[in-house]
Amino acid sequence: MTCAVRHLVVIGNGMVGARFAEEVARRDPDGRRCRVTVVGAEAGGAYNRVLLPGVVAGDYTLDDIRLPEPETPSVRVRTGVAARAIDPRRKTVALDDGTRLNYDRLVLATGARARVPPVAGIADEAGRLAAGVSTLRDIADCRRLMAQARPGGAAAVLGGGVLGLEIARALAGRGVRCTVVEAMPWIMHQEIDEQAAEVLSRRYGEAGVAVCAGQAAARWHPTAGLELDDGRTLAAEALVLTTGVRGSTELADAAGIATDHGVLVDDELASSEPGVYAIGDCAQHPAGGAGLVQPGWEQAAVLADRLTGTGPGACYTGVRPVTRLKAEGIELAAMGRLDTGDPVLTIDDFRAGRYARLSAQGDLVTGAVLLGFPRAAGTLGRLFATGSPLPAEPLALFHESATAAADTGEEEPVCRCNAVSRDRIEAAWRDGARSRTSVAERTRATTGCGECARDVDALLSAWSGGDAASRSQR
Amino acid sequence: MTVTHCPYCALQCAMRLTPAPQGGLSVRPVDFPTNRGGLCRKGWTAAELLRSPERLTRPLLRIRRSAPLREVDWETALDHVAARLGELRTESGSDAVGVFGGGGLTNEKAYLLGKFARLALGTSRIDYNGRFCMSSAAAAGTRAFGVDRGLPFPLPDLAGAEVVLLAGANPAATMPPMMGHLASPRLIVADPRRSETAARAEEGGGLHLAPRPGTDAALAMGLLHSARKQGLLDEAYIAERTTGFTAALRQAAAWWPERTEHVTGVAAADIRTAADMLGTACGAYVLTGRGVEQHSTGTATAGWWINLALGLGLPGRRGSGYGTITGQGNGQGGREHGQKADQLPGYRSIGDPRAREHVAKVWGVEPDELPGPGPSAQELLESLGRPEGPRGLVVMGSNPAVSAPDSDRVRERLGATEFLVVSDFVLSETAALADVVLPSLQWAEEEGTLTSLEGRILCRRAVAEPPEGPRSDLRILSELARRLGQSAARFPAEPEAVLSELAAASAGGPADYAGLSPDRLAGGEALYWPLPDSASSTPRLFLDGFHHPDGRARFHSGGLSAPDEAPDAEFPLLATTGRLLNHYQSGAQTRRVPELAEAAPEAEVQVHPDSAHHYGMSEGEWVRVVSRRGRMLARLRLNGGIRRDTVFLPFHYSGEQAANKITNPALDPVSRMPEFKLSAVRLETCASGADPA
Repeated sequence: MTCAVRHLVVIGNGMVGARFAEEVARRDPDGRRCRVTVVGAEAGGAYNRVLLPGVVAGDYTLDDIRLPEPETPSVRVRTGVAARAIDPRRKTVALDDGTRLNYDRLVLATGARARVPPVAGIADEAGRLAAGVSTLRDIADCRRLMAQARPGGAAAVLGGGVLGLEIARALAGRGVRCTVVEAMPWIMHQEIDEQAAEVLSRRYGEAGVAVCAGQAAARWHPTAGLELDDGRTLAAEALVLTTGVRGSTELADAAGIATDHGVLVDDELASSEPGVYAIGDCAQHPAGGAGLVQPGWEQAAVLADRLTGTGPGACYTGVRPVTRLKAEGIELAAMGRLDTGDPVLTIDDFRAGRYARLSAQGDLVTGAVLLGFPRAAGTLGRLFATGSPLPAEPLALFHESATAAADTGEEEPVCRCNAVSRDRIEAAWRDGARSRTSVAERTRATTGCGECARDVDALLSAWSGGDAASRSQR
Repeated sequence: MTVTHCPYCALQCAMRLTPAPQGGLSVRPVDFPTNRGGLCRKGWTAAELLRSPERLTRPLLRIRRSAPLREVDWETALDHVAARLGELRTESGSDAVGVFGGGGLTNEKAYLLGKFARLALGTSRIDYNGRFCMSSAAAAGTRAFGVDRGLPFPLPDLAGAEVVLLAGANPAATMPPMMGHLASPRLIVADPRRSETAARAEEGGGLHLAPRPGTDAALAMGLLHSARKQGLLDEAYIAERTTGFTAALRQAAAWWPERTEHVTGVAAADIRTAADMLGTACGAYVLTGRGVEQHSTGTATAGWWINLALGLGLPGRRGSGYGTITGQGNGQGGREHGQKADQLPGYRSIGDPRAREHVAKVWGVEPDELPGPGPSAQELLESLGRPEGPRGLVVMGSNPAVSAPDSDRVRERLGATEFLVVSDFVLSETAALADVVLPSLQWAEEEGTLTSLEGRILCRRAVAEPPEGPRSDLRILSELARRLGQSAARFPAEPEAVLSELAAASAGGPADYAGLSPDRLAGGEALYWPLPDSASSTPRLFLDGFHHPDGRARFHSGGLSAPDEAPDAEFPLLATTGRLLNHYQSGAQTRRVPELAEAAPEAEVQVHPDSAHHYGMSEGEWVRVVSRRGRMLARLRLNGGIRRDTVFLPFHYSGEQAANKITNPALDPVSRMPEFKLSAVRLETCASGADPA
């Protein structure tokens, strides 16, 4: 081997696979260390899957959500081609067009697929979805759903997690009557507490989405709708399945690579097979994180550091993700777990439909739910993600208007730019300054940013019984 | 004629100097389009420095560094300087001497200093402190529009807008009279601190966005993303007047509001509101300042703010636009006339054969005789006294010992030179290190032109009688050049002669001053460059097209790079630096004006009360701010309006209180701008009794 350029093959051109190629290109723009081949089964380029509900809502076109492709000759993206098998001993990947790729390092970024729940009538024996039923993982799903769920019609969403709630809100925005069905006692059961879920359900109701929690689906009737286990049938032409995902591990399984819910990886993102790595939704790291894009992107950066040799010591030890529901008019943030740590505060602003709960261990946030506190969400999310200490008075975080600067105890000058006090303006007035202009000449007040002109006019007007102000305004 | 312009910032407020009853001169504001009869406290007290007891009047010289500086006569000083510079050149070649200029120098001085370096010294090693100021915005503006003029429209245009976004700019403190133009528009201010300008925005029904330092580009991308999502982009403008939109949009696709919130700390709701305000406004401007530009990622960051403006269809249209707010008095002109390492007069590139040919012809030399591009400011300072670097340095109008990043190291490099010459009117921290100090005239004692933040050429008048002793920088350069074997005709000392040569040298360049004449200046005409002929003036650039060959503006599409350093357990906070109302730049001038020095006598670090509480510190105590590079002292001030992860430091102070002792010299790959605005730091309580005040 005279050539030291490593060939990295990436299986999967989704958000994480494409990001990995981008991260490699940034670290190695001339391709001196690595060349990269990305294989993607979908026909088009990479896109932002997270924004698919936004496409359904009509906020984005499919073109809007396309992700950048590295414009370096050392990165090659092959779309419309799927990997069929991995041969770790020969270090090759067989593709479904009959060709093979040799690799020095293999990166599995095969993502996840929607879990199809065992509900009668949803799918046939071969796993094909019945008429009117759709998942929402890729662009084809998105197109299908948009054709099925027409404005004025009705749809049911099975699964009240983040994706289900986002898609329900998006459909409601399109004028589709929508019901979310959740088998657990409340929606977003993983992320939020029951009280928050109640407030959220109420907010959803106001937005035109009914929420049925603690209800299991019994059967899908393409012509009638979704039958629930209490015997009711929700009228619906479309059914969206958002009951979770499972990592796509078939290639790894067939190659004898250790998997559980996903491909098992360590802090170096290495699988059980030397030279094979996994990142994103298909990877299972002890710290968790599958199902969210942020951990996947962190993993892509860490692995790019390692495989390009620009950061050989880089490690992924998990992130502290913040879940933000992307739903028009609803500001929900959730992080950590409320049942760990000690309760810190609960705000139930019932009338305004706002709710917050926060728990901590010492001064470190362990879990929080914020509904209707958009500014606190940003601040608290950063505190949580970076492990920064909570303020001594956490309630102050929820005061949504701007915090004023600390009161220094000194009297603020009337004219800040020129540090002119009220006393000096009064002295000038006693000396005969009756207009703003003559006050300015004597004291410099109003000549800086000009903000205090009104205040000076008001003072003059008060001292002169009203006539000075009119003169000063010429 | 006694109307002139302020010695400080790029707003260049017009003022009149009249004899004061108690002696000296007193300042009065004059009604002028930019300051509209306003002045800040610095302007009101500007004349005090003319008669300051700290004024230098005689040249100072020392034979050894260990000896004190002693007064000598001009002949001795100039002969010594020329002899030493000549020796260094003879021994080590023409790059043995470097030159460091300043953005406060007049156009004439900037021009002659560049010519002095390239011809009299023959060195390629010339750069200036504007590299620390405008270089990122200049690089981004040139890339996007084909030419860089800070505001490509007159400042009063802002008053007609409905919304103005200021990213990393705090004019309410740094140039208060500018706020007169911002009284009517609603403001959106992006600043990690609730600055004076941010407070004004909120009071006026606008928005304050407080991004974490180092995430400004993410915020701009998030705003572009939201504007696209909310259907606010100007598709027709993008199609007709720009290129590269698709690539930029692909990058922005990853910056949905909630993710932008997570990275920047700016609420997704506020991002959406800001995008909506900008996108639905009848007339909107995007303005950037040093807050977003002074980073090792400054060029790309400024590029993303320009992208936002382009996406909304703002630049090159009447009543809307993009601009960068120039800081130093002649920051604009100073970057146009050849004191920058890579440039020749007229904002020409020194690498461009046609530019070299044109300038060489005006200078009466062969193009080959002009040196090529030299290192940028920080690289020049860093190389001083090293085997590959200059052995001597000429400094004019700058105080890098205080103003350059990682200033302890810069002082060490200045100390490592074999010969340091500084021209200044007070003994600045840099002058105090010099072998020879040449006392110069001040702003009000000599004529000269400046180009203000809006690209308008103004004339400063000699309205004050200079004291006996100091000489103008032009005369100093002329006399040194003559001693170095140049003809007096090639290095005139009179501003009019230099200006007319500058006009010829700039002719045909992007910043074309060919149509400038003393008569037009005296007539008070509003002269905005380019001025290719005696009838022209260009108040608004880009109305007919951008300055790329295809007439289109270019979207920037680079991905996001991380700041040079991140906080960790040892350095958990982010320090950012900036200016205060009462001081200017390194403070060499304003710290010597008693009224200003009294108003803001010492460095204060602004800390959020929660952070101070966490570290067990309280209001008013002296603390050390420690970074990986150094430590500085400041008095702690609680500020409930600053981010909890950020502290703010003014950079006007020297000695133990110099903010640049902790700043990061990591450079932007394009502009070579240092990372002034982001340093990972920790706060330490000072040992008791360490009160330096």
